[in-house]
Amino acid sequence: MPPSTGWPPCWPTRTRIVGEPLRGLGVSPGVGTGPAYRLPDPPGLPPPRPVVDPDAERDRAYAALDAVGRELTARAGAAAEPAGADILRAHAAVAGDRTLRDGVAAAIRAGHEAPHAVAAVLAGHRSALLAAGGRPAARAADLDDLRNRVVAHCLGRPMPAVPEPGHPYVLTATDLAPADAALLDPRRVRAVVTAAGGATGHTAILARAKGLPAVAACPAVLDLPDGTTVTVDGTTGHVTTDAGTLAPAPTRPAPTRPAPARPAPTRPAPARPVPAPDGGAGRTADGHPVALLANIGGAEDLTGVAAEGVGLFRTELLFAHHIDPPSTAEQVAAYRAVFDAMPERPVVVRTLDAGSDKPLPFLAGDREPNPALGIRGVRTARRRPEVLRAQIAALAAAARRSRARVAVMAPMIATVAEAAGFAALCREAGLPSAGAMIEVPAAALRAAGILRVVDFLSVGTNDLSQYAFAADRRSGDLADLLDPWQPALLALIASCAAAGTAAGRPVGVCGEAAADPRYAVVLAGLGVTSLSMTPAAIPAVRAELALRTLDECRAAARGALAADDPESARAAARVTP
Amino acid sequence: MIRTVTIRSAAGLHARAAATVAAAAAGAGIPITVRRTGRPAVPADCPLALLTLAATPGTELTVEADGDDAALDRVAALLADPDADRG
Repeated sequence: MPPSTGWPPCWPTRTRIVGEPLRGLGVSPGVGTGPAYRLPDPPGLPPPRPVVDPDAERDRAYAALDAVGRELTARAGAAAEPAGADILRAHAAVAGDRTLRDGVAAAIRAGHEAPHAVAAVLAGHRSALLAAGGRPAARAADLDDLRNRVVAHCLGRPMPAVPEPGHPYVLTATDLAPADAALLDPRRVRAVVTAAGGATGHTAILARAKGLPAVAACPAVLDLPDGTTVTVDGTTGHVTTDAGTLAPAPTRPAPTRPAPARPAPTRPAPARPVPAPDGGAGRTADGHPVALLANIGGAEDLTGVAAEGVGLFRTELLFAHHIDPPSTAEQVAAYRAVFDAMPERPVVVRTLDAGSDKPLPFLAGDREPNPALGIRGVRTARRRPEVLRAQIAALAAAARRSRARVAVMAPMIATVAEAAGFAALCREAGLPSAGAMIEVPAAALRAAGILRVVDFLSVGTNDLSQYAFAADRRSGDLADLLDPWQPALLALIASCAAAGTAAGRPVGVCGEAAADPRYAVVLAGLGVTSLSMTPAAIPAVRAELALRTLDECRAAARGALAADDPESARAAARVTP
Repeated sequence: MIRTVTIRSAAGLHARAAATVAAAAAGAGIPITVRRTGRPAVPADCPLALLTLAATPGTELTVEADGDDAALDRVAALLADPDADRG
């Protein structure tokens, strides 16, 4: 792979208007028209509960696996095409796999109840497949279906059935499992559109075998009310809706009195582009570019700001105060409000960083004894993968329709495999640039390996220093350990920057430390390519960088790195040859 | 006994191929393992374990068993089958 700048080429402007097609990936050729009906999503994992009787719990898990095996075998018998039957028999064989059962039994002994144990074991296999990329990664979706079926059995809930509206229709779904795809009757289903998926998935293979037009990777389709007439072109990937054929909205009980005026669905007015900074782009005295970007929590933070781009778009605000995750439409609108303000400029979005000091109601699990070391950041996807998946799909949809150079990064990445899994999710969704935040020392130590699977790194100095020094960010007594001038922290950043230089990929810093002009000089000297900070700090950092040549920055960095304590590091950085 | 095979089917070692190999290994009557370089060996009769090898065209796998050349050869031949994705 050639060295990548990590920034995508600019996207064509795409303002979605009624009647204009939704765009996805054509995975099975042909054209089909009909009213769209959505396959409901399968039941999710219940909140974990303690296991009281491990033997009974193991029997429950095995019984669910047996039942799923029988169900898949029965569906194989009912499938019209041999390809579909073979795939379902193969999945039935996986449900009976001995190593799967051994793993589940071990997870139950470790305290996980049946559905969580099955989900955890399959998640391990899933991440290995995702890490491999390409065709193996496409098979991760098959394991998801197996997990969903086992979870449904454990809960005694039915798997959602394919709609039967009584006339031919277009089937829409978040994703379509092979077990459903194999049984689709082309006389009743005119076409299939899914929010997830790709060309090499089993669903695509089965749709082609049936001659059923299909479009995948089209998250916007989930926003269509049931009954909307759509035309699906499985060659171009276009799904056309026509305003004139919109069926009535789903009926609800009529309000007994006029409903109070509600704000219109989140559809912010077209954002005006943020002006480029007066002082121009960030650079050293000898012209070495260092992008100076803004940390924001939403489009409102861009009011009155001039910036080269956004280096950290925190998405938690959008999710806070929600009992359930925000809808795709709400997310797309919020992301677009930022993207549209930054045409042709970089916007780095951090996926949901929940947990620890930022708990969210819908992600709340059991109370953790030590939340900072628990399920937070990208780790929340271990329990609720669908939340991350939906966010990535919404980001991809918003990116496709804007001209910003959108890049997406995951917080709290600890291993190459986690980074690879996240990058695969992003690529599957069609996002052009995926990155990893470096906040965990383990990830800083393996920066080169992580850069082989993602397009860029962004160092979060606050968390990196908390974890490297085993010092709680909120502990005032330990503030000296959390000083960003600690040479050990600088050394971790230096190793990330060196990995980026070697790989020809961008490495940014987005912690508060980047807002200190002297520190910014050291970061530039270490090889950091962008600094992201609160917008108000940008002019001072720009002015300081403009006074130093790259060689002076490097000398400051060498001096600070060689120091034994923060005070000497500060002093060393002041000396310029 | 050891056999080294290279995956040749265009789709790699996918679910259907893994199920076929696992069924043959289960019928062999002796334990057979498959190893991808640098990873732990997995039992050849476990389709999920085979799938998670994430073997793609060109991946080299080592198949191992104590005795019974014929059973080992059958499993090795199924793994190396270039038409495994058509079955």
